[in-house]
Amino acid sequence: MTKNIMIVGVGGQGSLLASKLLGHLLLQEGYDVKVSEVHGMSQRGGSVVTYVRFGEKVYSPIIDKGEADVIVSFEKLEAARYVEYLKPEGRIVVNTQEIDPMPVIIGAAEYPENLVEKMEALGLNVDAMDCVTLANEAGSSKAVNIVLMGRLSKYFDIPEEKWIQAIKDCIPAKFQELNMKAFALGRGEK
Amino acid sequence: MKQLMLGNKAFARGLYEAGCSVVSSYPGTPSTEVTEEAAKYDEIYCEWAPNEKVAMEVAFGASLAGKRSFCGMKHVGLNVAADPLYTAAYTGVNGGLVICVADDAGMHSSQNEQDSRHHAIAAKVPMLEPSDSAEALEFAKKAFELSEEFDTPVIMKMCTRVAHSQSVVETSERVVPETIPYEKNIAKYVMMPGNAIRRHPIVEERTKKLAEYANDCVFNRVEMGDTKIGIITHSTSYQYAKEVFGDNASILKIGMTNPLPVDLIKDFAAKVEKVYVIEELDPIIENHCKQLGIDVVGKELLPILGEFSQNLIAEKLGVKTPEYKKLDETMPMRPPVMCAGCPHRGLFYTLSKNKCTVLGDIGCYTLGAVAPLNAIEMTLCMGASIGATHGFNKALGDENDYKVVSVIGDSTFMHSGMTGLANVAYNQSNSTIIIVDNSITGMTGHQQNPTTGYNIKGDPAGKIDLEALCRAMGFNRVAIVDPYNLAECDRVVKEELAADEPSVIISRRPCALLKYVKHNGPIHVEEDKCIGCKSCMRIGCPAISVKNKKAVIDNTLCVGCGVCQQMCKFDALQA
Repeated sequence: MTKNIMIVGVGGQGSLLASKLLGHLLLQEGYDVKVSEVHGMSQRGGSVVTYVRFGEKVYSPIIDKGEADVIVSFEKLEAARYVEYLKPEGRIVVNTQEIDPMPVIIGAAEYPENLVEKMEALGLNVDAMDCVTLANEAGSSKAVNIVLMGRLSKYFDIPEEKWIQAIKDCIPAKFQELNMKAFALGRGEK
Repeated sequence: MKQLMLGNKAFARGLYEAGCSVVSSYPGTPSTEVTEEAAKYDEIYCEWAPNEKVAMEVAFGASLAGKRSFCGMKHVGLNVAADPLYTAAYTGVNGGLVICVADDAGMHSSQNEQDSRHHAIAAKVPMLEPSDSAEALEFAKKAFELSEEFDTPVIMKMCTRVAHSQSVVETSERVVPETIPYEKNIAKYVMMPGNAIRRHPIVEERTKKLAEYANDCVFNRVEMGDTKIGIITHSTSYQYAKEVFGDNASILKIGMTNPLPVDLIKDFAAKVEKVYVIEELDPIIENHCKQLGIDVVGKELLPILGEFSQNLIAEKLGVKTPEYKKLDETMPMRPPVMCAGCPHRGLFYTLSKNKCTVLGDIGCYTLGAVAPLNAIEMTLCMGASIGATHGFNKALGDENDYKVVSVIGDSTFMHSGMTGLANVAYNQSNSTIIIVDNSITGMTGHQQNPTTGYNIKGDPAGKIDLEALCRAMGFNRVAIVDPYNLAECDRVVKEELAADEPSVIISRRPCALLKYVKHNGPIHVEEDKCIGCKSCMRIGCPAISVKNKKAVIDNTLCVGCGVCQQMCKFDALQA
């Protein structure tokens, strides 16, 4: 059975590194894997989506509505935007950071309130956390992606050391200590 | 070893393994990474050409010299390169010549949604379409063999979902074929009427042979399953069809979409009860089937617009789609925006303030069309801003009350702005052309170009001097401005619009995302001075918002460019 992880966020937040890490890890675990990314125009501060699919044999590179087992969101509004892609029993891991989109900045729209509560009211499993604070605690606000990977790791039956090895394989050694800390903080193991 | 590889990177690996020696391309999403990845192999000579036409001519020359060669481009790039392509189809090749064209159904990063298969049909050259990374690698290698066997350029068509998806590939070693000696052959390579008239029947004969080859070749395959439903499909649509049906349908997967097979399709159709053609964009396979008298269902059921997905195909073919929950909430859109510190911002603010009619071009700066700047009023194709400005001004002449200016980037200017500028200089319209020189090809992800002084590998290279070029064309008025300086921009724009001769303004500052660009610390808000007037919001910077009637700067985004400071009359924004 193919499993589906959607990574959503705002262009420039570092979702490509997260998908690189997941792809590497899942291939090591012996799965067939497909990862679909967005390049070009959409990356300029726009809403970006990365699809990660794995299983015995994966065909489509994309995830459609009602198919995602997990949505990992780098930003709150983006989590809400893609809720329809989640399986009814799926899970959302969301960084509670709010980044105002341009229509909100120029006063043409409002940033919706209480999004986490509204998603929970639908009966969805929402795991919301302030990843920016945790990333700063680890040593850099740029480590939000690894904090999120730490939290995601709790929901998959893959040993922690495999995740840690994947981080070591994918990220330059000089950031290793920072990322190990960010990963542990994301998992909730200080 | 099994590896996860981007479709475009797998294509580049295929070029490497096939012994390709020369690569010349122009960047364009979603094709760019094929060439960027090829450039990482020292064994391949790689370059960014000024445009796709030049790139294809370079690749053709390398083929003529007897080496395997390649050029890559996006779908609209093939329009630019169509001229050499259509006649290279007549001359044929010496060393194998492979062309990548990457379509963008869904227009993730493009100005139109054209279907490049039409070019292959019109140029009468074979076209291959891989459906994942493993096929991208394999087809790239086989494309060279096909090119040499049938003496023709071969197009390999990618699409966004194949180009920008990673899937599993297995690599092998590079094998370089012997250089095929160049031999003078005027009848084959000089396409003047007397020779071309003899080459055309050869092209038609070749197409017939290729159509015969298509009936039994490695690119097309039948996967028999349940015979109630037969599906003829290609590219990423194959993956969606397999996702929905698995073995519950029989599939004819077309990997060579030009020329299309006849017997293979007829045989397949005869074995199944009902035939569906699943293809994105135009009904090319469908029309071919209908011409053969085969009853197929295609565009009457499936859209001609945009990308497909597994749910779309399931829904249209009567298969249950998954359930999901909806949030009852109006979600603000999050369109792409100019980055914080983008040098284009100050210029567009100035043009907007001066109520200019801005005819734009293709690049990051096309975002000058979106709120709150709303400055650009036209974007057509690479280089069109200059020709269109000239035409607009000539049409209205003395009655012209519009302050028309062209805005074109440095790379786009090199691509196809120079000829438009030559026309302004030659036919003398009183036009103002603004070259926004951010010292890089920005939108496609920072590729070097002839004005940057560096080549594709980042090594020093020739550097075209834009000012000298404009002056050499005959422009007396060539002004340079710093777009971070709003007062200077305003003064120069007013001066050049008032001048009674054509002029060029070069708005020069490197892209804020370039690694070598040093940033200032973020701007901070002096809350006691900020009256919440929102003047700073008029430049549309993603780092500025207003909360509780005070401006707020996002420190993680702000690069301290200082443009917002110049908007504030109350000195509330401080470095």
